[in-house]
Amino acid sequence: MPINNYILLSIALFCIGIVGVLTRRNAIIIFMCIELMLNAVNLLLVAFSKMHARAALLAGDVNGTAGTDGQLFVFFIMVVAAAEVSVGLAIIVMMYRNIHSVDVNFLNRLKH
Amino acid sequence: MQNALQIVYLIPLLPLIGFLINGLGRKYLPKPVIGVVGSGVILASFILSVWVFMQVKGMPVPYIASYFNFISVGDLKIPFAFQVDQLSSLFLLIITGVGFLIHVYSTSYMHEEKAEHFGRYFSYLNLFIFFMLLLVMGANYVIMFIGWEGVGLCSYLLIGYWFKKTEYNKAANKAFIMNRIGDLAFLIAIFWIISRVGNVNFSDVFAVANGEVEFRKFSATDITVITLLLFIGATGKSAQIPLYTWLPDAMAGPTPVSALIHAATMVTAGIYMIARSNVLYSMSHITMDIVAYTGLATALLAATIALKQNDIKKVLAYSTVSQLGFMFLALGTGAYVAAVFHVMTHAFFKALLFLGSGSVIHAMSGEQDIRNMGGLSKKLKITFWTFVIGCIAIAGIPPFSGFFSKDAILLSAFVKSPLLYGVALFTALLTAFYMFRLLFITFTGTFRGTHEQAHHLHESPAGMTLPLIILAILSIIGGFVGVPEVFMHGGDRLGQFLAPVIKPNEMHHVSHSTEYLLMGLSTALVLVMIAAAWFKFRNYQRKEETGFGKVLENKWYVDELYDKIIVQPLHQLGGFFKSVFEVSVIDTLVNGVGKAVNYGSRQLRLLQSGQVGSYVLLMVLSMIVIFAVQFFIRK
Repeated sequence: MPINNYILLSIALFCIGIVGVLTRRNAIIIFMCIELMLNAVNLLLVAFSKMHARAALLAGDVNGTAGTDGQLFVFFIMVVAAAEVSVGLAIIVMMYRNIHSVDVNFLNRLKH
Repeated sequence: MQNALQIVYLIPLLPLIGFLINGLGRKYLPKPVIGVVGSGVILASFILSVWVFMQVKGMPVPYIASYFNFISVGDLKIPFAFQVDQLSSLFLLIITGVGFLIHVYSTSYMHEEKAEHFGRYFSYLNLFIFFMLLLVMGANYVIMFIGWEGVGLCSYLLIGYWFKKTEYNKAANKAFIMNRIGDLAFLIAIFWIISRVGNVNFSDVFAVANGEVEFRKFSATDITVITLLLFIGATGKSAQIPLYTWLPDAMAGPTPVSALIHAATMVTAGIYMIARSNVLYSMSHITMDIVAYTGLATALLAATIALKQNDIKKVLAYSTVSQLGFMFLALGTGAYVAAVFHVMTHAFFKALLFLGSGSVIHAMSGEQDIRNMGGLSKKLKITFWTFVIGCIAIAGIPPFSGFFSKDAILLSAFVKSPLLYGVALFTALLTAFYMFRLLFITFTGTFRGTHEQAHHLHESPAGMTLPLIILAILSIIGGFVGVPEVFMHGGDRLGQFLAPVIKPNEMHHVSHSTEYLLMGLSTALVLVMIAAAWFKFRNYQRKEETGFGKVLENKWYVDELYDKIIVQPLHQLGGFFKSVFEVSVIDTLVNGVGKAVNYGSRQLRLLQSGQVGSYVLLMVLSMIVIFAVQFFIRK
């Protein structure tokens, strides 16, 4: 499968994520959109990694390690995303406890 | 230690130590200690100077003591070095000798001051001596300039010594500002020299001027410009036209200060500088002429003003300006030795006259107007007789010191041109007239002061009369170091002494009979003038001046003229800048910056809405912009 399809799919996912973050006010949905963007990037990384490995194989790569660093990055991102989710959800829970809402537009105290 | 030259640095160092002790300890030390320290360090310097003087006699090349590099930038190296030769050692003697006498005199004259101010006074006086010594001992123009500025500072501090009086502060400011004009020219001259020679050591500069150095030489323009700039510096310090008006006002300081700084030493710095640079001056006839005519004009102008002054110190001040004019006349006619000779004799008799006037002022409880004096000779015998000696010396009657030095100047003027001689002789006659006018009005006739003053009249204490007597003796015998050749073969010992520094000039074409005739003429006319003064002022009665006399009394209105053409336009310009330029331009500019920042920040504040959504939107938009820009630039 040509790489273009992966790239287009990633861009589509990423844009959906951005638009979601920009337009939605529900904190949980914004959160999901952020995850969507992260995973769009993950998808792209894996796709490029595979493409790279195949190109290296054709060029005579003996070890077969080319492109694995891209996949390692994906794991990093997953771990970070998991950590982020735990912190973010905790914040959202606290937010709900305090203002009985998860609407980010109520969170304008940064101004002061 | 065998050689005094090895410890020559002590000569200026001792007054500096005295300055530090008196200046720092003025609140703790009792007055006698301050007086002893202040005078003692100068006495020690004087003894060292005598020792040095003995050593330099007949020394063919100057002794240069280099201590450290004062300035070292690129190729330019200016050492902190002292040059001891015949000229500087002579000045050392004058400065420390006369300086010591005046310090001793001051201990009596200033004894009514509070201990704190007494200490301040002596610290300034010591500091002055230090800078003056630096000025004459410096081996290059920069060290000389340090001393030059330093004496200006001390002059300012001492003129404004009684700082609670606004007029005195104004006089101090005037002196300082007038001096700065000259100093600027001096500074430019130094830069000019550096650009042509590469350093400022006297020996190197004169070697280049004499054409002894390859690759570096002065053009005629260089010489003229440098000498003219140096001369402008000298007109400031030595009170010549057009920068002379500060000196009469400088009489606001205590009288011993007037004697030391504004008569005997500091004001002769300009003459020292030109005598030191005689190699350069001899190469530029234009400058020489300008120096001679400026000196002559100053001498004449100041002498005419002195005719009608009524403040005892003002008369002496204008007399000083006039005598300095004589010295410049001598310099301008190439008679450097005569100028230095006159510096020396003038230091004796003018210090004597000033200290005598101080004694009179002391006796009159601060009165300085001679119209309120008269008949003082009966009460102030020592002061009177020493004052007479001073007047005779300045008038130039043989064999008093002033005769020899003034005669040397007149002779050199005669050799240059009879016109110069005529005007100079006329000025010398005026000198005799106004000095004896001062003498007769002050000391003869009847007392015209208040009853209380008459009651208080008394001779000054020994601390004041002793310096007067010593200076009187010096005024009598001081001239014998420069007896003209016609009287005694080899009599011009001063000229021979200074020969290694100042080349004897070869232009004496005057026959002995002419010389006798000139001397006889000047002496006879001076005697006539004294007689005229005697008949006119023996029984002086106060009367208002009219006509020309009023112009002279008001100093030719020069101060008013300067006020009109320089001070007031400057004030108006300042007023314009203050009320128009500052309000409309500077304020607008400064306030505008403030307003712009204020407005801009108020607008920028709107961006910080606190809405996370808008922040993210902005972030995304700006990233898109950045990508787009990069995309197009890459293309």
